Amino acid sequence: MDWLIDQIQYWYMWAMPLSGVVTITIPLFVSVAYTTWLERRVIGAMQVRIGPYKVGWQGLLQPWADMFKLIFKEIIIPAGANKVLFVIAPVITLVSAVAAWAVIPFNAELVLSEINAGLLYVLAITSVGVYGVIIAGWASNSKYALLGAMRSAAQIVAYEIAMGFALVGVLMAAKSMNLGDIVTAQQGDYGFINWFMLPLLPLFLIYFISGVAETNRAPFDVAEGESEIVAGFHVEYSGMTFAVFFLAEYANMLLIAALASIMFMGGWLSPFDGFLSAQTLSIPVLGYILDNGMHWFFAKIFIFIFFFLWFRATFPRYRYDQIMRLGWKVFIPITIVWILVVGFMVLGQLSPWWGATA
Amino acid sequence: MTGVQILFYAFATMMVLSALMVITVRNPVRSALFLVLTFVSCSAIWLIMQAEFLAIVLVLVYVGAVMVLFLFVVMMLDINIARLKEGFISYLPVGIGIAGLFGGMLAYLLYHMDASDVKTKMRSLYPPASKPADYSNTEELGEVLYTVYVYPFEIAAVILLVAIVAAIALTFRRRSNTKYQNPDVQVAVKRDDRVRVVKMDSEDKK
Repeated sequence: MDWLIDQIQYWYMWAMPLSGVVTITIPLFVSVAYTTWLERRVIGAMQVRIGPYKVGWQGLLQPWADMFKLIFKEIIIPAGANKVLFVIAPVITLVSAVAAWAVIPFNAELVLSEINAGLLYVLAITSVGVYGVIIAGWASNSKYALLGAMRSAAQIVAYEIAMGFALVGVLMAAKSMNLGDIVTAQQGDYGFINWFMLPLLPLFLIYFISGVAETNRAPFDVAEGESEIVAGFHVEYSGMTFAVFFLAEYANMLLIAALASIMFMGGWLSPFDGFLSAQTLSIPVLGYILDNGMHWFFAKIFIFIFFFLWFRATFPRYRYDQIMRLGWKVFIPITIVWILVVGFMVLGQLSPWWGATA
Repeated sequence: MTGVQILFYAFATMMVLSALMVITVRNPVRSALFLVLTFVSCSAIWLIMQAEFLAIVLVLVYVGAVMVLFLFVVMMLDINIARLKEGFISYLPVGIGIAGLFGGMLAYLLYHMDASDVKTKMRSLYPPASKPADYSNTEELGEVLYTVYVYPFEIAAVILLVAIVAAIALTFRRRSNTKYQNPDVQVAVKRDDRVRVVKMDSEDKK
């Protein structure tokens, strides 16, 4: 196993810049494809129906069937649309959803670009994504699309503030903006108790809920609002241009899930880290599974993705004014108060999260 | 030309061109979008100069928040371009005067600096030796802001706070005839407020 990992890391370092990008994006797109399959199966199960199961075993080839269908469909550019902006809009959305993955650490060594201001970079890149929505809405030359874009812009700006404040809490707790350092700051003798999830619980919940709102997912999906404004900002998009929006939405979901697990649930750290003796960890397969590693990171991402799907199947859509109220009047005050609390907790060296040993 | 230089000239050209487009394009939405492009290329140039904090914050604040609100307003308004252009000729002399003043000042400075002086001045603008990879200019900035410049920083913060309070206070101006829902009341509603169960005896068939 070690030999294999060494080899992988060697080749990874060697062909870093370009192939690193490819090694992240291609698995990411495959995960996106299977997230759509998972969503349809999970929501199907929750609604006591089956979901796609015909194409391939258990419907596992369904995403590919959908993809080829979308690729071969005609791209219709509406009359009176701004052609350049109309085509650029989905690209902007996708770029911002994928570029943020550059700083995500998969384990202690495996990260494409380890930059000091990683957290800021993620915030900045994800905030650019809103342009895709706004430009799409405006360039479509359609009232529904423009309404969707307006709703989305206001919503994303509102929730980005709460999200930013939640991240301020994390960076105060971890004393670093480097995502790798944020994970190692959550390492300690008590495994999952050391994660920031517990001391930063309000920020964690607010971050995740804001993440759901940022990605325009149900119950905050007023930007699409199929029952009110048809499909919102992407109502005029067809074929591949629509698929790119779809791809970006799911890549963003995965990104929010990955960030939440890095910042609040210890990223690649095992929940049993610190509890187990070195002897247990040396058991051939079990030891590897229980030890820190990428698989824990992916497992945490999976849990968050499941929450995304669960929300969609469970909650009715928020009314627009209620979304704004929740963002501005509930989340932002709570985050500001909790940032103060975090300050006191860090100063007071509250154990086991902070203090001499941590 | 090294890769960095190529990048610099590419982004610098893009920045100047898009800045020109901001003021020449007719459609206000497009002009705002070109302003976004200007900010993004400026941030790329700052990244090349290793000022990563400033570069990221420029994208985060101006591109991610300020310009979104700008676009929001510009898209909603039906701006009459013809009316905006009405004053163009009458303002032109003043504009040319101001431009000439600045150009003249620049020319004067350049003319009265001898060649060697320009060279040393330009040298002093060269970046200092590049920092090691673990150097964090975010930390550096934070330290300076909270020690040397703590008063200006705090004063700026208070001014911003006042502006926020003022903006919120403006929204408290209420018209008497507007109707809106009170979510607190909606959330706190009980079954008894909405539904009345009426018990009636069933009537006999006649």
